[in-house]
Amino acid sequence: MKVDPGELTEIEQDALAEIANMGVSRAASSLRQMVGEQVLLSVPSVRIVTREAAAILVERNNPKRLVAVQQSFEGPFAGRALLIFPEAQSLELVRSIVGDEHSLEDIIDLEQEALAETGNIILNGCLATIANVLHRTMRMSLPSVVRGDGAALFEVDGAASRAQFVLFLYIDFNIKKCDVHGFIALLMDLPSIAALKAIVHDFISAIEKQQSGHVG
Amino acid sequence: MADKLAGRLAVRSPEMQYKVLIVDDSKLARMVMASAFRRIRPDWTLVETANADDALVAVSGGVVDIALIDFNMPGIDGLELAASIRKTHPAMPVAVVSANVQNEIIGRARELNAGFIPKPLTDEALAAFLSGAVLRLKKAAP
Repeated sequence: MKVDPGELTEIEQDALAEIANMGVSRAASSLRQMVGEQVLLSVPSVRIVTREAAAILVERNNPKRLVAVQQSFEGPFAGRALLIFPEAQSLELVRSIVGDEHSLEDIIDLEQEALAETGNIILNGCLATIANVLHRTMRMSLPSVVRGDGAALFEVDGAASRAQFVLFLYIDFNIKKCDVHGFIALLMDLPSIAALKAIVHDFISAIEKQQSGHVG
Repeated sequence: MADKLAGRLAVRSPEMQYKVLIVDDSKLARMVMASAFRRIRPDWTLVETANADDALVAVSGGVVDIALIDFNMPGIDGLELAASIRKTHPAMPVAVVSANVQNEIIGRARELNAGFIPKPLTDEALAAFLSGAVLRLKKAAP
């Protein structure tokens, strides 16, 4: 039987989901501050899947035209973070951030700019929190805005990248009043998954040490 | 008694108005900052630049009292810019403004004797930094 090199044990999966949750909770509270509305989050999901499967997962229950703000990160592990939502909701999201006092023309003018800065704040908050939790430092690129279907967002081009395994971590968010929903996804390639696993083990053993410290 | 009176007079006297440099490559971020100033310090003058090079020109012009600098910018980043400003203006109140709340970034800002204001910007965080900045400026030039 072939063992998937990136297979996660239950405790690893659990720890990753928990760490991601801290990052995304920070992201959600940032978003909430920016739009002044309650933001609801789903339970984070962590999977090792092919790029193609990840692309299909984001398209599920969503229109095919998506817009994403993406930022790559590197450090002890590297990958890309994406804030994704249906393209049709992009103007609504921008409006909820810049406020009602701006005209539609202004909002269209500002759209790209506002998306990039919103993504920057949300993804930075998320990644920085994860870095702090893991006691590591990460460098983050400038944000860029990508439009297209799931395959375009996850750079699925050609058979090689289609079959490539990635760590895919995502959480749905929903802005209650204006009914904008979207998700935050982290994508990491296999070498990074191995590095991340080692760091997650440090994280778990630090917690175990703390616990035994409490007992003793 | 005299102290009390002096205190009251100080409160009544018009607040000094300062000139604040806002450096951020995002126009939206500069708009958010400007709107916070309209609520907190409506009389202050704002100078906006979208990159570090223009910011250094503004600072060397000698009219800037306080600098608020985004971290994640193309070219020279906010911490590098803060370090350059420190060389020529060791006492200028400077804050790095960023959603990159990594301990390392906040620590590097501290090493430069700069404040750190997290994004999304809140009036409270900005007001707290500005109050501290005003005290420092008053101390430097009584």
